[in-house]
Amino acid sequence: MVTTPLLPSDYLDLVSPLRAGADLRGRIEAVHPETGDAATLVIRPGRGWRGHAAGQYVRIGVDVDGRRLWRSYSLTSPPHRRDGRITITVKAIPGGKVSNHLVRRAKPGTLVQLDQATGDFVLPQTKPAKVLYLTAGSGITPVMSMLRDIALDDVVMIHCAPQPQDVIFRKELHGLVADGRLRLTEVHTDADGRLDLARLDELVPDWAERETWACGPAGLLDAAEELWSAHGVRERLHTERFRPGTVVAGDGGDGGGGGEVTFSTTGKTVDADGATPLLDVGEEAGVLMPSGCRMGICFGCVTPLREGAVRDLRTGEITEAAPGVLIQTCVSAAAGPCDIER
Amino acid sequence: MTAIDPTAHLTAEQIEELGRELDAIRDEVIAARGEEDAAYIRKVISAQRKLELVSRGVLLFSFFPPAWLIGTAGLSVAKIMDNMEIGHNILHGQWDWMRDPKIHSTTWEWDHVSPSDQWKHSHNELHHTYTNVIGKDNDLGYGIMRVDEDQRWHPFHLGQPLWNFINACFFEYGIAAYDLELGKNLSKRRRRDPEFRARAKAVGRKIRKQVLKDYVIHPLLSGPSFLTTLAATFTANLVRNIWTHSVIMCGHFPEGVQVFERRSIKGETRGQWYLRQMMGSANISGSRAMHFMTGNLSHQIEHHLFPDLPSNRYAEVAVKVRALFEKYELEYVTGPLPKQVFSAWSKVFRLSLPNRKPRANTPDGERELVAA
Ligand code: FES
Repeated sequence: MVTTPLLPSDYLDLVSPLRAGADLRGRIEAVHPETGDAATLVIRPGRGWRGHAAGQYVRIGVDVDGRRLWRSYSLTSPPHRRDGRITITVKAIPGGKVSNHLVRRAKPGTLVQLDQATGDFVLPQTKPAKVLYLTAGSGITPVMSMLRDIALDDVVMIHCAPQPQDVIFRKELHGLVADGRLRLTEVHTDADGRLDLARLDELVPDWAERETWACGPAGLLDAAEELWSAHGVRERLHTERFRPGTVVAGDGGDGGGGGEVTFSTTGKTVDADGATPLLDVGEEAGVLMPSGCRMGICFGCVTPLREGAVRDLRTGEITEAAPGVLIQTCVSAAAGPCDIER
Repeated sequence: MTAIDPTAHLTAEQIEELGRELDAIRDEVIAARGEEDAAYIRKVISAQRKLELVSRGVLLFSFFPPAWLIGTAGLSVAKIMDNMEIGHNILHGQWDWMRDPKIHSTTWEWDHVSPSDQWKHSHNELHHTYTNVIGKDNDLGYGIMRVDEDQRWHPFHLGQPLWNFINACFFEYGIAAYDLELGKNLSKRRRRDPEFRARAKAVGRKIRKQVLKDYVIHPLLSGPSFLTTLAATFTANLVRNIWTHSVIMCGHFPEGVQVFERRSIKGETRGQWYLRQMMGSANISGSRAMHFMTGNLSHQIEHHLFPDLPSNRYAEVAVKVRALFEKYELEYVTGPLPKQVFSAWSKVFRLSLPNRKPRANTPDGERELVAA
């Protein structure tokens, strides 16, 4: 009542954005380069942070060029770091808006939005006797959190990267090897080619007896699942897949594209071309669509885009689905299959 | 309505070409939107909140006259900022591209008795789509005033300077009533319409909250300063109302602004729509501070052409838009605030009386105002 129509929290956010009870946020406190295209961000999470288990990931919302974009990254810090900070380690992917921003432009002091940690790529309660970590590229990040968490007795790791200097955390890994806490095989794919899992018998003869955590590109994980299944030990393999690659938007240009549109609340699915506004598509299908001016100026037709991609009919700009992404259905057409919350 | 159509010299192709040139201006801004724009609106929001907090704090001691003055002035400015540069523009979706759920047209609520969603309907949808179309755009005279020579005079209009003045003082209530289409909905049958009742209830709730905050809770919090704080908030609301009313009058009322007939917008092309916005709006000239305090509605012409471009961009857009006005030999109606306010008010007075001159003898509704 004192602050209506705002909430008291809108004022408190001005002074204390990380306080208990605020929307979960974090403040970037430091950015440490790891390799030429990867960096670790040290983040102080808000008071509402409930902690994480080694191997879990967190969704983080970053403002890039003024626009909030959300991505998921594995946490690389062990749970319960003394100073209460968490870290994520980000590898810049070519053309990646968020990853490049975080690796090359993120500044200490910046606020980012956070979700609670999640994911079941974690160690079990009881320590497994023998462990194999099979990782490639930035697939090492969730495993690093595990390595930093608790020391296991018998750990083998196979890690693939193009060249030695591309191995994230290389120094720390070699430190663990020197301490006798880890047996490590590095596969440098530029020189040795892709890892052929047929070599596993030679690299880790007892692999089938080991509890295995694998993380990396889909090709590697598919091959691993096949191999483990073939040997009847599929339940010993735990995999973490990176989010499936960004949605493939139908071709831009001249009204091509289009795709299957699902109105998930009403459960209707129809085919749409790349030139018809989704508002019309929905109404045609008998979905009750909010609307107003029907020409892009009143914002009365704004609706969540759950999945897929749409194209702005005025500018040709493609918008991809992500939590919290809303589109103006009167000036947007399907750019490939999409799901509209109606 | 002027007897002569000021756009008559344009051919249909020229009008479409004009439309394309305006689209190009729009695309340029959209491509350039970025970090600085986002920082701008965040800064304005945070400044507004701080100013309001400090002003309300000062008013706790409002029995002390200097404190009353400072607190009231601060609160007035804070309320103007909330309604104009922040609320109006966010509710237009100008900042939706940031994808910040807190600064979004679907979530924003403003310091105003009209709930955001109702205002968005009557303002964004009706007023901005049917700008200056008599009978379709109720912003023209808010249904209580005669704003054009061609409208039929009624003895009721004799009082319109007074109605307009009262409307200015209680502008936010006027807007809320207008969003509810109160006049039309007060007939017995309409009053029972469940949709109308729900909306009326929502307005009632909003009014209750606003009044409670401004006239009960904050005065109570000030203890011995109860009465002076009450007077201060009342004054701040009054100042805000008169200010926004004046700014808004300048947008479409001054001399030189065109109004249109219903039939003239049938089958309107994009170019014609743009042209109607250009001829139906007027600007206020002035300093940067003036533009800021009007929520950049001083760039009314640009705002009507591109209602969803971020307000901080209107100034640069205005230069290009004005060049187009010149190129197509159209009148860009603009002037300093006092001049425009005077112009709008004299129209209100003039039209409160029946026309001296009988209007051109074309039959009703026969004239095409937009060159087709
Ligand atoms: S219906 Fe008005 S913006 Fe879509």
